[in-house]
Amino acid sequence: MAPILEINNLYKNYGSVEILKDINVAIEQGDFLVLVGPSGCGKSTLLNCIAGLEPITSGKMAIGGQDMTNVSPKDRDIAMVFQSYALYPTMTVAKNITFGMKVRGVDPATQAEKLAYVAQQLQIEPLLKRKPGQLSGGQRQRVAMGRALVRDPKLFLFDEPLSNLDAKLRVEMRTEIKALHQRLGASMVYVTHDQIEAMTLATKIVVMKGGVIQQIGTPSEIYSRPANLFVADFMGSPAMNLIPAKTKASGDGVQVEIARNDGKPIVLKDSRNMNLPENVILGVRPEDIVDSALGRAGDTQEAECVIDIVEPAGADTFAVMQLGGKHVTARLHAETTAAAGVAQRLAFDLGKVSYFEPDTGLRLN
Amino acid sequence: MTDMSYAPETSRSNTGKIALRWGLYLMLGLFALFYLMPLFVMITTSFKSLEEIRTGDLISLPREVTFDAWRTAWSQACTGIQCEGVRPFFWNSVLIAIPAVFISTLVGALNGYVVAQWRFRGANLFFALMLFGCFIPFQVVLLPMARMLGLMGLAGTIPGLIYVHVIYGLGFTTLFFRNYYVSIPSELTKAAKVDGAGFFRIFWSIFLPLSLPIIVVTIIWQFTQIWNDFLFGVSFSQAGTQPVTVALNNIVNSTTGVKAYNVDMAAAIIAALPTLFVYVVAGKYFVRGLTAGSVKG
Repeated sequence: MAPILEINNLYKNYGSVEILKDINVAIEQGDFLVLVGPSGCGKSTLLNCIAGLEPITSGKMAIGGQDMTNVSPKDRDIAMVFQSYALYPTMTVAKNITFGMKVRGVDPATQAEKLAYVAQQLQIEPLLKRKPGQLSGGQRQRVAMGRALVRDPKLFLFDEPLSNLDAKLRVEMRTEIKALHQRLGASMVYVTHDQIEAMTLATKIVVMKGGVIQQIGTPSEIYSRPANLFVADFMGSPAMNLIPAKTKASGDGVQVEIARNDGKPIVLKDSRNMNLPENVILGVRPEDIVDSALGRAGDTQEAECVIDIVEPAGADTFAVMQLGGKHVTARLHAETTAAAGVAQRLAFDLGKVSYFEPDTGLRLN
Repeated sequence: MTDMSYAPETSRSNTGKIALRWGLYLMLGLFALFYLMPLFVMITTSFKSLEEIRTGDLISLPREVTFDAWRTAWSQACTGIQCEGVRPFFWNSVLIAIPAVFISTLVGALNGYVVAQWRFRGANLFFALMLFGCFIPFQVVLLPMARMLGLMGLAGTIPGLIYVHVIYGLGFTTLFFRNYYVSIPSELTKAAKVDGAGFFRIFWSIFLPLSLPIIVVTIIWQFTQIWNDFLFGVSFSQAGTQPVTVALNNIVNSTTGVKAYNVDMAAAIIAALPTLFVYVVAGKYFVRGLTAGSVKG
């Protein structure tokens, strides 16, 4: 079966400015693709290109196996949810949802039937006669989703749909969107700048920066094997610790040396057999630096470190220290004995660390 | 402690506030009186007989109210050799103003919609040129327009005057609608495009229903401009197609012998009534429409 969405060598320029460079993405039926990146990385532009709302400069795009490069939005069999919801202000909720069907000349009986189904799915039946101005943010969000759902399209497009909601509602709607995706088995493309949304929703993530795709992969691939320093730093909260280090071969593995302010470096051993340059950036997730008392199975090694700041966060306590001239965060147990200004024995798990080339930022292992 | 010192302070500032409020009302009242004075004189004079005007006081109320001047102004006053009052000219103005207002508002709405929501190459230049049209003194275009009307076979006709008013109203109507529509998020257009609606469908179903305040503003503006226009009316009309402003001028300026001030005043009020009517009916939307515009979706 052909991929539901296939983009090949897509370029997009505004005048002489290149907004998108050589984009290649393909997703299968039922995939949840999340485009994530900082503001101005071109993710929303890419979504608008997929919708046909922005013409592309060169390249090809196919939806459901059919070439859509120069097809207008209404003929692409897509539905889109916008950040500002973009509900038609003068129409009631019911009219908002059925507007698309009315334009396409769907007969009124079918319209009513589909409206009732979608309203029931999203639990917005009591709102159908109201105007958008009389709804709360969360309700508008639901109506906007309803307008997309009622179309039953090949591809759903979401443009930062949760960024106007407050924190609590955002988490609720996130879960609801995920449930909806599982229930419908529909294919979706979702734009967000929130890496947690990306991790929780996606079956496939595209990380973008400056109009260039940095990495494509499943959430776990992106999280545990970031392709470069940008992805490593962008995905995950707290961010991955990126520590300048020196390496040299030792036996079957690699010896990693991290400089410290007090002069005595930490020396760790990675038992994986790798060919690394002398200077690297070592990437360690906070959860791979833990209390030594709770040392876990795996390739852990201990070292004494002076803690600068302790940040209890409920389930975990984060401890910040200075290693290799950088702030390094460790994820400790909630009841840790760590205290600011006091040395603490920590366990480093080198089994999952990443190594990056300091100049190019590319992944080495 | 704080409570006790707080109370007298409020009452003192309250007295100050009340004094300020009354001072403000007094000023506003004086201004209103000042502006209403000419209207007052016009109305009282129009109800007086010529005899009373000659002997009486300019600002006194009429001793005996008479509608003779109004009857004369409406159907008997002489505008040159013809003595039919302002009535035929009044209807000419209606025939000119209503289609011209309607067409220029509708086309202005379409223009504004295109410039604000369907950005095309050169849209800014196009809009700048439209704006420029607002600032061209009408005297400059009299001759070229006369030539054009002649070529089009519309010289001296009511359709010709409608055409002129539509053309010279478009700059303003486009400006009004463009500024209104530019505040409407472009995502609305995008959503409608994805829903399958085309250019006119989006305009008709989504933008026009949103536009009531700005439509009212535009109608008031255009109606006032077109109804009160004298220059185009006197330049591009001929006997039988002259608007009421031209007739008013002729009544006032072409009488010989004793000046019938009461008739002049009545004719002037008749000529001003329609714009007054539009303001009273739609005025509250005028201010609202000028300040509003943002649509919280």
